[in-house]
Amino acid sequence: MAAHEEELGIAAGEAAAGRRPVAGPSRTPVLGAPLVEYLLRLGDDRLILGHRLSEWCGHGPILEEDIALSNMALDLIGQAAALLRLAGEAEGQGRDEDALAYWREAVQFRNALITELPNGDFGVTIVRQFLVSAHSLLLWEALLGAPHEGLAGVAAKAVKEVRYHVRHSGEWVVRLGDGTPESQARVQRALDDLWRYTGELFDADAVDAAVAALGIVVDHAALKARWDGLVDEVLARATLVRPADGPMRRGGRVGRHTEHLGHLLSVMQSVTRAHPGATW
Amino acid sequence: MLTVARAWEVLHQVPDPEVPVISVVDLGIVREVTVAADGAVEVTITPTYSGCPAMFEIEKDVREALLAAGAAQVAVRTVLSPAWTTDWIGPEAREKLRAYGIAPPGRAEPSGLIALARARPPVPCPWCGSTATELRSEFGSTACKAIHVCTSCRQPFDEFKAI
Repeated sequence: MAAHEEELGIAAGEAAAGRRPVAGPSRTPVLGAPLVEYLLRLGDDRLILGHRLSEWCGHGPILEEDIALSNMALDLIGQAAALLRLAGEAEGQGRDEDALAYWREAVQFRNALITELPNGDFGVTIVRQFLVSAHSLLLWEALLGAPHEGLAGVAAKAVKEVRYHVRHSGEWVVRLGDGTPESQARVQRALDDLWRYTGELFDADAVDAAVAALGIVVDHAALKARWDGLVDEVLARATLVRPADGPMRRGGRVGRHTEHLGHLLSVMQSVTRAHPGATW
Repeated sequence: MLTVARAWEVLHQVPDPEVPVISVVDLGIVREVTVAADGAVEVTITPTYSGCPAMFEIEKDVREALLAAGAAQVAVRTVLSPAWTTDWIGPEAREKLRAYGIAPPGRAEPSGLIALARARPPVPCPWCGSTATELRSEFGSTACKAIHVCTSCRQPFDEFKAI
């Protein structure tokens, strides 16, 4: 705690005055054990993106897409439940997947920023889904042999599901990009807007290094190269222009989120918090 | 006391809640059945998809069926690994699916990307057998199905996706 406080320059004054920080969710990023952090990152990416996709339920542009987006949401939330359960077990504080999903504050979430951005129009949702699914597919392939039974088990299931997500969203990127001038302009704009959030997916920090020491090794450079290849192939077929890599937005992995996450959580967590412990 | 063989027979009669024409055993989601010396039955099941909402229902149906058949005690355990695959659905169950109007799954693709382009052969219509069919969506009424339409008999139909 002290190290973090010093970093933020708030410790000296408060300590001198004999005051302790107010209890409650800390605004300072306090990272837990690396394996717990790692599993939270994986779980939160899927929980938050799954929730975003679920917002389309009943609002899809056509019935088939309403069903498709809801089904992908279901896959992601199912994967999130399994990952958050593992995170809770690794943490050993008695928190299960529901406690982690519904009783953490925004600063305690570890999802990448791209997953929490609002859905925008169907084109934005599809472009985001393709960019993130392509990353997920390659990541799960890399984790198939992880020396962690639970994680490898999730990877083996998720890799099958995400293959369908990549194909479905990729086909839509091609259809919209190589579509009408209006659809092309919209998905190109979506791609340009979302690009600055893609860098965070490939960041590797001390948490990744620590879990690599446990044998959970992901070669981020190789993963990025394969992702580039997959994305370039689809963008070329979609007649879309790949944006240049400019400055990237990041922060989700240490709990520094956009304003959008709080609004999402206020909806996602509302029933549980209004009726704690309710069952039906 | 229930024997292991009898327990399997009982489970063979428990229909899948989403596709009631086949049993949970036909579908390949019952992985193991053990009976302890004291008669307690333990059943290991695995979900089709990570988010399959029918798992609670299946667990309940499995427990109730075994208790009704005389099991002293039933525990249902859910495992993710090895990951479920449609290759575990046997030939008899595939025929039941087809007769019910659901095109049975093809072989699961081993690994890597599934082709973006329409390189896959068309799925035969379960109603009229025609291969003049079109995929409408990769995602159907449940996560495990895709929607197709037959241009010969004009019937829409579900396909059990190979996974």
